Amino acid sequence: MAYAEIVDGPLDIERVAARVTAPEFGAVVTFSGNVRDNSRGERVRYLVYDSYRPMAEKELLVVASEAEAKWSVRCAIEHRLGRVDVGVCSVIIAVASPHRVDAFDAARWLMDALKERVPIWKKEYYESGARWVEGSDVVDTAE
Amino acid sequence: MTLTLLFFASYTDIAGASELTADLADGSTVGDVAVWLVERYPRFAEILPKGRIAVNQEFAPSTLALADGDEVAFMPPMSGG
Repeated sequence: MAYAEIVDGPLDIERVAARVTAPEFGAVVTFSGNVRDNSRGERVRYLVYDSYRPMAEKELLVVASEAEAKWSVRCAIEHRLGRVDVGVCSVIIAVASPHRVDAFDAARWLMDALKERVPIWKKEYYESGARWVEGSDVVDTAE
Repeated sequence: MTLTLLFFASYTDIAGASELTADLADGSTVGDVAVWLVERYPRFAEILPKGRIAVNQEFAPSTLALADGDEVAFMPPMSGG
């Protein structure tokens, strides 16, 4: 049974991994997406994540459930909203499977699917100004 | 019928709001709402095709017929993670 949550506070990788750990799973792959200090040549101070929250909650669970249908895995995802500082993690994925290959493959697929289909957007804040990230584009903002 | 339109990320800047109300003829589709929006906010003409539209929190094709009270979300390409 897949687990997916949108959360407002700090994430904890052990807490997410505990959601999928079980005696029959010999492999647990965890992925932590952390805020990088630079983007397209700009020095990033922090990010702010916004979402279409009710749909993002549903879609996160949909992608996690799809991964469980495609591979022999159990999946857990937490994504944070609001301000996240450089070096701090904004998303955690944990995938458990009997053997490692499925867990690695599913974790990678999950992260790609999340970026493509889950309605969450990040805004990058620089020394001066801020821009929305939209797919592979950045869009200047009035702020 | 009356629809609630939602906007996210840079679309909020273009619409000047995160939420608008639209009155359209009965039988209107998702495509008709997009036309309604472009007529009022021409900057969407170039930008909307890059994004996606959801109705009541489900991705929707432009041919989908809408009902009174539907929530139509206009979403730019996503950037979670």
